[in-house]
Amino acid sequence: MKQKKEFDYFDRPETIKKLWILLYVVCVLTIVPDFFTDRHAYFGVDGYFGFFALLGFISCAVLILFSKLIALVLKTKEDYYDR
Amino acid sequence: MIGDFPPAALLILGALLVPFFKGNARNWYVIILPALAFYLISQLQPGSSWQIHFFGFDLTFLRVDKLSKVFGYIFTLNAFAAFIYSFYLKDSTQHMAALIYIGSALGVVFAGDMVSLYFFWEVMAVASTFLILARKTEKAQGSAMRYILVHIFGGLCLLAGLVIYINQTGSVDFNAMTDRNLGTYLILIGILVNAAAPPMHAWLPDSYPEATVTGGVILSAYTTKTAVYTLIRGFPGWEILIVIGCCMTIYGIIYALLENDMRRILAYSIINQVGFMVTGVGIGTMMSLNGAAAHAFCHIIYKALLWMSAGSVLYMTGKSKCTDLGGLYKTMPWTLIFGTIGALAISSVPATSGFTSKSLIIDGASHEHLFWVWLILEIASAGVFLHAGIKFPYFVFFAKDKGLRPGETNKSMLIAMGFLAFLCIFLGLYPKPLYDILPYEVHYQAYTVNHVVAQLQLLSLSALVFFLFLKLLKRTETISIDTDWFYRKGGRIFYYLMDKSLNGINRFANRVLAEGLAGFVGRIARSGPEIFTLGIMIPLWSVSGLKGEKLQGKIETARAALQTGTAPVGIGAALATVFLVIIFLLN
Repeated sequence: MKQKKEFDYFDRPETIKKLWILLYVVCVLTIVPDFFTDRHAYFGVDGYFGFFALLGFISCAVLILFSKLIALVLKTKEDYYDR
Repeated sequence: MIGDFPPAALLILGALLVPFFKGNARNWYVIILPALAFYLISQLQPGSSWQIHFFGFDLTFLRVDKLSKVFGYIFTLNAFAAFIYSFYLKDSTQHMAALIYIGSALGVVFAGDMVSLYFFWEVMAVASTFLILARKTEKAQGSAMRYILVHIFGGLCLLAGLVIYINQTGSVDFNAMTDRNLGTYLILIGILVNAAAPPMHAWLPDSYPEATVTGGVILSAYTTKTAVYTLIRGFPGWEILIVIGCCMTIYGIIYALLENDMRRILAYSIINQVGFMVTGVGIGTMMSLNGAAAHAFCHIIYKALLWMSAGSVLYMTGKSKCTDLGGLYKTMPWTLIFGTIGALAISSVPATSGFTSKSLIIDGASHEHLFWVWLILEIASAGVFLHAGIKFPYFVFFAKDKGLRPGETNKSMLIAMGFLAFLCIFLGLYPKPLYDILPYEVHYQAYTVNHVVAQLQLLSLSALVFFLFLKLLKRTETISIDTDWFYRKGGRIFYYLMDKSLNGINRFANRVLAEGLAGFVGRIARSGPEIFTLGIMIPLWSVSGLKGEKLQGKIETARAALQTGTAPVGIGAALATVFLVIIFLLN
């Protein structure tokens, strides 16, 4: 009996490429409305063009890099407490 | 009248009947109980009842207002879903422990005084420990032990604070605290232990991931959220909570990013989410207190959903480390879909419940012009998407296929997840029913163009960073040292140091004092008189002509007499005189 082919759509390189493009497009699309709307700003900076995009990018990059940095001190083998 | 019956009593007394049911009847019974409790809560009228005079205190077991009701609703709603999820479970101990735990959580939120609140607080700690022990592994036993010890510490702080507070005010009523003194700060510390605020948070990621599949789902909701309730009730507007809350949001993200175990990722993300609520309480305006309550409500739903999907994966594969998992989208599509809805909700993607609840807290901060608080909360919101929104589903269901083909999880689990996923989206699209039951009136519109655009910008760029930095996020088979180090390793190091230092001093003292000096004094005391006497007598006897055996005999007799204290009176007196002379000369 012929086995049913497994659903492996997300493993294919062409899918991953499409998803990358999709991600970039979405990122750009979320910034587009900033051309047309005037955001009510509580603090000033939050009204700037693309502020939240920049905030998202920078804060995530910093969080990852910072966690990588302290991992040097904090990461240890899984049996650390059993020893 | 049934409307006046305390919902806590329904669940706790109901728990005692669990062993009388067998098979599926038992599972139906535990599902129906929280549903009944939910109905009971909906019928409760505002006011206080079940007041009992006890040892000079006026206890109030049922204080009903909008704040206690909103927590009552979500506690029972979540219990209902959790027991559907655990329909497969044939363990009445776990069911009983869960019901008593949830019942006492209801006891806390409906307690009108601090004595009964404390009582239920402690029952919660004990009952919940059994949900960890039920995993029956050595690791679970160890972390259950640490869990209960930390909660005993927190409970003692709370108790000490309550005693001081009650002594000062003469009242046991539990309302917003205005005085800031030792008593109220001790109460605050006791509550913050349960809220998992650093540095007293390590019990949570230590114990919850060691609990059973269903235990994790149930534990994730109650201990931290009763603490949030208690903070809203007792400490609104305490500025220190803003600082603590902001620290929690970032702390949770950093550790979740380092974690490899999926349930530990979710455990750290509880700390992050509770941080938002604690900050809301600290800001203390009606809007932010509403936000804290609303966020607790929505958080319980999507966090339970995330624990359920992680639990399903653990149940089907027996694995929970990201390094062992991956590619499960092929065989567990429904778990993936429901888990992802939970992940989107925790990230407060528009159209999910996180968006309509968290916005209340963040806008609460900006309405008060708290720039740094607002900024940290926005950064933390981006970070949530990173660690819980993408990392959890990506590494478990996608990433590298590890060849696991477990198949979809069982139906009851899927039904429970579907129910909670529905609620996540329902409350995201139509938050009015939630806004209506919040403690204060809500005049808020989450869906403005600006707000939605800002949130989408923040999240999509966060997602971009995640995939750009994917190499840096590669999972490793490691754990991260947290503050539990101090009592896990620190304890052993303390023991080692104490052993080396105190026992070293002990050994030294033994050698010098007990064996050396005391022996020396003993020898002197025993043989001193002999040496003196013979030192004087031997030359005298020799001069008087005694020799050989006769002299030897004299010496032996004198020595025996001196050692047994039976020397002739004359010799004793002579010796005493000699000693007196020596003492006189030494002076």
